[in-house]
Amino acid sequence: MAVKSLETIHPLDRHLRLDRLPTMYCPGCGIGIALGAMFRALDRRIREGVIDPHKVVWVGGIGCSSRATLYVNYDAAHVIHGRAIAFATGVVLSNPELKVIVIGGDGDIAGIGGNHLIHAAKRNIDMIVVMITNFVYAMTGGQVAPTTPVGVKTTTTPYGNPEPPLNVIKLVASLNANYVARASITTPHYIENFFYKALGMKGFRFIEIISTCPEVYGRHIGLRDPVEMYNALKKRVKYKQKVSIEEANISWEEGIVIGEFVERNEPSYLELLGKVYTK
Amino acid sequence: MATTRQTHLILKSVLAVDSASITAPISQYLLKRWGSVKRTFTSGNIAVAEGAITAGLKFYAGYPITPSSEIMEYLAEKLPKLGGVVIQMEDEIASINAVIGASWAGVKAMTATSGPGFSLMAEAMGLAVITETPIVVVNVMRAGPSTGVPTKTSQSDVLQARWLAHGDYIIPCYAPWSVQEAYDLTIKAFNTAELLRTPVVLLSDAVIAHLWEPLTIYDEGEVTIINRKVPKTGEKVLPYKPDPDLVPPMPVFGKGFKTLVESLIHDERGYYAPRDDSYKALLMRLHLKILKRLDYIFDYEAYYCDEECEYAVVSYGSTARVAYLATLELRKRGYKVCMLRLKTLWPLDAERLRKACRASKIIVVENNIGKIYMDIDRIYKDREVYSAPLLSLELPSLREVMEVISTWL
Repeated sequence: MAVKSLETIHPLDRHLRLDRLPTMYCPGCGIGIALGAMFRALDRRIREGVIDPHKVVWVGGIGCSSRATLYVNYDAAHVIHGRAIAFATGVVLSNPELKVIVIGGDGDIAGIGGNHLIHAAKRNIDMIVVMITNFVYAMTGGQVAPTTPVGVKTTTTPYGNPEPPLNVIKLVASLNANYVARASITTPHYIENFFYKALGMKGFRFIEIISTCPEVYGRHIGLRDPVEMYNALKKRVKYKQKVSIEEANISWEEGIVIGEFVERNEPSYLELLGKVYTK
Repeated sequence: MATTRQTHLILKSVLAVDSASITAPISQYLLKRWGSVKRTFTSGNIAVAEGAITAGLKFYAGYPITPSSEIMEYLAEKLPKLGGVVIQMEDEIASINAVIGASWAGVKAMTATSGPGFSLMAEAMGLAVITETPIVVVNVMRAGPSTGVPTKTSQSDVLQARWLAHGDYIIPCYAPWSVQEAYDLTIKAFNTAELLRTPVVLLSDAVIAHLWEPLTIYDEGEVTIINRKVPKTGEKVLPYKPDPDLVPPMPVFGKGFKTLVESLIHDERGYYAPRDDSYKALLMRLHLKILKRLDYIFDYEAYYCDEECEYAVVSYGSTARVAYLATLELRKRGYKVCMLRLKTLWPLDAERLRKACRASKIIVVENNIGKIYMDIDRIYKDREVYSAPLLSLELPSLREVMEVISTWL
């Protein structure tokens, strides 16, 4: 009931299912910051008349980030692990009016869902994929993720992670995506600006958001305190203008480069499909 | 739908010659669908594609796999001309998930595959069940396990079709025995999916897939097509609040319903509800909405069952074609034998099956290790029920079927 009174006080309330608050996110989790920034961008696009809120569909797989689909006050689907992009492909192709936003963690999007990510980017299919990277499988209790740095002890790599991490930005940038960018929850204005830009584009748009998970990942790397972890991430994040793909480093030691790595205006899947079908 | 009589006569004429003509060569007179002639001559796979078109298919996603590929190839050519989309996805998992997404975007959607691909679709089949998404999944059975024999037939996926995914559910499943029935049952599969908001499996097999037979295609208005209930635009709806038929109207995307498609156990709002009462309520409704319409879903054909018979042969799909021949042959030899052919494999209507036949000895003929037998044995528990399984990579010959039946005579 306490939540009810908030209804009138926050300008972004209309983007949330208020009856579902509070969210399940842990104290210090970065997903709320990411989502807030995305709402601000979406709000601007709606007010501009570029986006019709009734035509927006959020799709998420399984994981903390995908769970955002439960809270957004839009058409949404909380589907199975790793398959959000595949589900979204069916949605977009069956009703091209719909603007699909896929949200998920690095495990859901680049781990179990990696093949769908590759093929959606290859097709340059009309959807936005937001991948929130927290370097760990958090919902299941702290197992190694595709983005976990070498040496980090997780519950399934108790002797340290032997695998070099996946740089998902470099992967997606090597394909046919129209937009590839990386931001961090320590720079919410970039999340907002990148998402705002993506909402006005066509084709496959990919935004990685580096996030904090003090509860699970923080425990693994000795940054259990939310403020400490936030500051530790903030220190490492470097924004670069006109940044090249080669510079897209993501490393706890050498720093995390954020920025817009790919920005193109190639024909999207829907446009190409329209062309071949009307031949 | 083609009448029982028509199908019966077609088969009789084909089978009377010899069982080799069952896989007759491609005829010269393949006719185009879009002409004025609605009678054509085609394969089971194309009949499935045509049935889907008649039912109103608008989205197909699939991955190539023998012996189902012609379904996608045929639709890839036809569907765009009818305002639909066909996409070859990166795998079968992507295919079925895209099909579920398409259904929520408001169109009729289908995928087709064979055993290995069907196995990959397991998890998403559960998603379609719990989100009550109407989709049709065609499994053109081939020999397994694993890669098995891709180009040869089998009926070994009948229990897989029933229990593909984890969890509790009932998924209606139809098994055609002819090209015409492949067409008719595809339409029925779509109608069932739309009527009950459920995934439906069409179990074809390599014999039916590549068998060429006459096919009558229906025009608009000549066959009943069922479309899902959708709430009125602007209405405030609870996406999982059922009507008296236990089926909730489907608040598809893009109409302002703010629907939440939820894979977790959920209440009528679609909100996660990990409680005993919500779990039981949802699971029981998902079961009962199917069982309530057993009258519509369950279908079979009975041959000579109105006579006093000692034996009844039970069979389905392509194997039933030969079992039917065997029944005729046995009758010629003086045995009092009738036959039941299942068109619906799941769910079975025990009561109607029991009433359909009075024979005291029942012989189940199927091209697998003996699977439907287990249920038939349960249904006729007061009678003698025998399993007559075949493990035949081709359509079993009349001699093979006569042999397995004779074991129990």
